Amino acid sequence: MIESLINDDRAELTQKAKKAAPVVLSTRIRLARNLVGPPFPERADVVQRRDVLTRCAGQISALPQMNKGTFFDIADLSTLEKQVLVERHLISRELCDGEEGTGVYINKGQTCSVMINEEDHLRIQFLKTGFNLKSVWKLIDAFDSELEKTIDVAFSSEFGYLTACPTNLGTGLRASVMMHLPGLVVSGQMERVIRAVSQLGITVRGLFGEGSDASGHIFQISNQQTLGESEMEILERLGNVLKTIIEHELNARYKYLEESREKLLDQIGRAYGVLKNTHVIASDEALNLLSFIRLAVDFGMLPEATRADVDRFVIESQPGHVQYAAKEDIEPDARDIARADRLREEFTNIPTLAFDKLKDSE
Amino acid sequence: MAENLKCSICDQEATVHLTQIVNNKIHKVDLCESCAQEKGVTDPEGFSLADLMSKTPFVATSGDDDQAVCPSCGQETVDFRRTGRLGCSDCYEVFKPLVFPVLEDMHAGTTHKGKIPIIALSRQSSKMQLKDLQEALASAVAEEAYEEAARFRDQIKTIQQAEELELAAK
Repeated sequence: MIESLINDDRAELTQKAKKAAPVVLSTRIRLARNLVGPPFPERADVVQRRDVLTRCAGQISALPQMNKGTFFDIADLSTLEKQVLVERHLISRELCDGEEGTGVYINKGQTCSVMINEEDHLRIQFLKTGFNLKSVWKLIDAFDSELEKTIDVAFSSEFGYLTACPTNLGTGLRASVMMHLPGLVVSGQMERVIRAVSQLGITVRGLFGEGSDASGHIFQISNQQTLGESEMEILERLGNVLKTIIEHELNARYKYLEESREKLLDQIGRAYGVLKNTHVIASDEALNLLSFIRLAVDFGMLPEATRADVDRFVIESQPGHVQYAAKEDIEPDARDIARADRLREEFTNIPTLAFDKLKDSE
Repeated sequence: MAENLKCSICDQEATVHLTQIVNNKIHKVDLCESCAQEKGVTDPEGFSLADLMSKTPFVATSGDDDQAVCPSCGQETVDFRRTGRLGCSDCYEVFKPLVFPVLEDMHAGTTHKGKIPIIALSRQSSKMQLKDLQEALASAVAEEAYEEAARFRDQIKTIQQAEELELAAK
């Protein structure tokens, strides 16, 4: 069912020609919205959920932003297809377990998805590569305003947008920025950063959110609070914290380079060597090695265009993607071989490391 | 220890005591070994107390508080305590005394300062207005108060025409 989606070479997170930025991989914002009247999904029965689904589906597909979008009923998707969509951050794990009357709309470029009957009636999400809080907010704000013209959203003047869980009340806004922080990890500063930002109401998680580990030195950083501040205030505060983290990350990288130059070059060189020649590789190892390749791009040792390739490999090295590409049910061992084959092939197109072009400072 | 604290989730003896400071507010939770495991407290990555609190029952400070039931969806106080979630948009009014203290701990404030869905709200209020007028019209007709009825009919017409104009503009 999701064939065309996976093979779309213009998808926001996996397209080849896209320019990717150092440190920040992508920016996502989601809004939680509910309808006036029907119970929230968890409390609703099948008939009520179906009703919400039909009511919203029509309105969503009519929006210009959803042009050429596709609707997927969760019941029609296989476990593997759902996993692939989770790995692309297009649906949540919670939606995968959704009962009858649960679905998702995904637009053509895979920048926008609307989950219906997840924890809330509607979970609207927009994503873009790079550090783009303001522009993603503009997109999602416009989409939400358009939707509001035809859908009666549950809202109170005191509490704002009403959500199933009080954690999302008010703006219903959660902004998540995916960051590549090898400098902070290697220098052992990450725990301190996590502790510091949590005091500011900001959460740090691994690549796949709650409970996932931070393989590939990739972290998801997002606002925890949704009520008591306007959307702009939330985004500005988060943005400022992220800018500080970027600064610390870059400092840590150059400090590491200064203090342990040979060690760093060796780590990058070995990562490159392994990825180019591997025959069996688990996803965790692949991600950790790819992290060093991304770092090599940031240091000027590989062309800028390689960064987007690395980001694509990170997604395509996920278990679901490897399995999906194999077109058959394969065991984890066979998956590690398939992943290695793929990476070896991709790395024939990656230029050799230019150690002489290493930039010693910004 | 002077007294054995009980787990906030299952009432067993608590062995894990957590304190986290969010926005200069101190949050404390006591958990037993197995609940701590289950909630991922032992996992240093990405663990947040606010998260935990949002997904665990809100512990009653006194056992004798009122049992409320939402007239719209049937959710009861006990459901809210168990899941930490609300059943429908009307629940916020019903369970406000329970939700409010939670919000104070959880968020930067307790009043919405963000976007307002102006279009949806004005449509909802004109719908309500229309409904009120139609009811008033019906009772005026029933009471044979024709002058009043005519006035209500005119008002309904005005609102409906305004809506049609708005639709045409789209």
